[in-house]
Amino acid sequence: MSILIYAESAEGKIKKVAFELASYAKKVAASMGTTVTAVTINNSDNSALAAYGVDKVLNVSNDKLNNFSAKAYADVIAQAAKKEGTQIVLVSSTTDSLYLAPLVAVALEAGYASNVVALPESTSPFQVKRTAFSNKAFNITEISTPVKVLGIAKNSFGLVENAAAMTEESFAPSLNDADFGIKVENVEKVTGKVTIADAEIVVSAGRGMKGPENWGMIEELASVLGAATACSKPVSDIGWRPHSEHVGQTGKPVASNLYIAVGISGAIQHIAGINSSKVKVVINTDPEAPFFKVADYGVVGDAFTVVPQLIEKLKAFKASNS
Amino acid sequence: MKILVCISHVPDTTSKINFVNGDSEFDTNGVQFVINPNDEFGLTRAIWFKEQQGANVTVVNVGGADAEATLRKALAIGADEAIRINANPTDGMFVAKQLAEVVKNGGYDLVIAGKESLDYNGGMVPGMVAGLLGFNFVNACVGIDVNGNEAKVTREIDGGKETISAGLPLIIGGQKGLVEEKDLRIPNMRGIMMARTKALTLVEPTGDATATKAVKFEKPAAKSAVKLVNADNLDELINLLHNEAKVI
Repeated sequence: MSILIYAESAEGKIKKVAFELASYAKKVAASMGTTVTAVTINNSDNSALAAYGVDKVLNVSNDKLNNFSAKAYADVIAQAAKKEGTQIVLVSSTTDSLYLAPLVAVALEAGYASNVVALPESTSPFQVKRTAFSNKAFNITEISTPVKVLGIAKNSFGLVENAAAMTEESFAPSLNDADFGIKVENVEKVTGKVTIADAEIVVSAGRGMKGPENWGMIEELASVLGAATACSKPVSDIGWRPHSEHVGQTGKPVASNLYIAVGISGAIQHIAGINSSKVKVVINTDPEAPFFKVADYGVVGDAFTVVPQLIEKLKAFKASNS
Repeated sequence: MKILVCISHVPDTTSKINFVNGDSEFDTNGVQFVINPNDEFGLTRAIWFKEQQGANVTVVNVGGADAEATLRKALAIGADEAIRINANPTDGMFVAKQLAEVVKNGGYDLVIAGKESLDYNGGMVPGMVAGLLGFNFVNACVGIDVNGNEAKVTREIDGGKETISAGLPLIIGGQKGLVEEKDLRIPNMRGIMMARTKALTLVEPTGDATATKAVKFEKPAAKSAVKLVNADNLDELINLLHNEAKVI
């Protein structure tokens, strides 16, 4: 019966997205009179989940799972769901969870709704609200299968502390060779830098910066805020910045708390990719730039004078607030 | 190598998004439909395999007769043949079951789909097809090479990239990076003429079981106007971000 969440971890720590899933699950579980179970993979310390209402942890420990394999991980989650008699499985919207969720849905013959942004509208019939049309609309989806898989959009629900007396048991699912049909040969990962996927704040810049040599101030602004840096499509197309920084419809999606756009006009494809950010700030010389129509706060001004001043003022603000 | 490219027929990015019939259906009135961008990157890579390695490329769509124009465009770009499964693509699991049937019957080695469509953004069809068939599957693919029965695939991970080797048959959920935007092709007159005589086979769907249903659409509440802060008064911006928006 219990609601099952897949609690992702990295480098021995449960990820923040898992706490958000737990918060969501606890709320739904309370309304349905049931409990929350989390499945974790190769993570020894799961105690932090208790603060967000997880009643039970199924801890899987298996060296074969050291590298992510969507098929194997999906198999683990599906077996945990069956063992618990789960009717609702929750996953996050990280790259890995988006990868494995459809496989979990097939294994459980479950209907799957991704990009879910709010608690269920109703549990009978089971209806959830999700984003569609690249954040230009919401869509109420009804899931009619006995088991349901929901992908919760990042930053849509937030963290709600709700301590539970958590128990933990080890769980050894049966894995087979077919689970490991693909082999990871090499992982290139930026270390020591906030990634766009994990960042609370993203500082993004566009052609208004005039050239790659002027990015120092963007990086400094990001560093003062503990933010990730990103860029618009034209900037990555002309090679001023790496493709990995390109955000927008064909680039990476952004769902940060704060998105600061410097010298980005705000083409519809760019906005589609960043629109799920909570608060948007635009700094642009052109008051007619379309970004001003979607931003919460705007500064009409030259980035080359505004950004350095903003850095100084933020430094002072951080110093007096710490 | 036999390649199947799954094509979604979606409204162009710049389309006005409106709904009709009590907000239960997308308003197609005056909307220009295109090949889903994530699918187009995959289609273009498939044509590269055709030209460089002699692959045969079939495109498939689950949709109504109006989607045939989109399939013809894919043929004009260079696909060899097309299949349309005559059904309304309302549910990801339903679409995946139709595609799995086509893959099984056609004996494809490589199935390329976009990682998500521009309209429903479900992001589930390629994974579900892989799950239904038990094929190897790589999502969020930004590069693929095939040598004999073995594929080298690059996928995006949070904060980097991962290189994977996988045996065929293989299904990938693709995106930009499979090819770059500059590599995308606009059909030329010769391609358009040739597309007219290429086979477009109509297939009736198998089963009608669905797992999900879009019952209603809503547009986001109108956003309040931007608050402008004078460039000489950036303290006010910091104040607003700290005290009002509470994000710093």
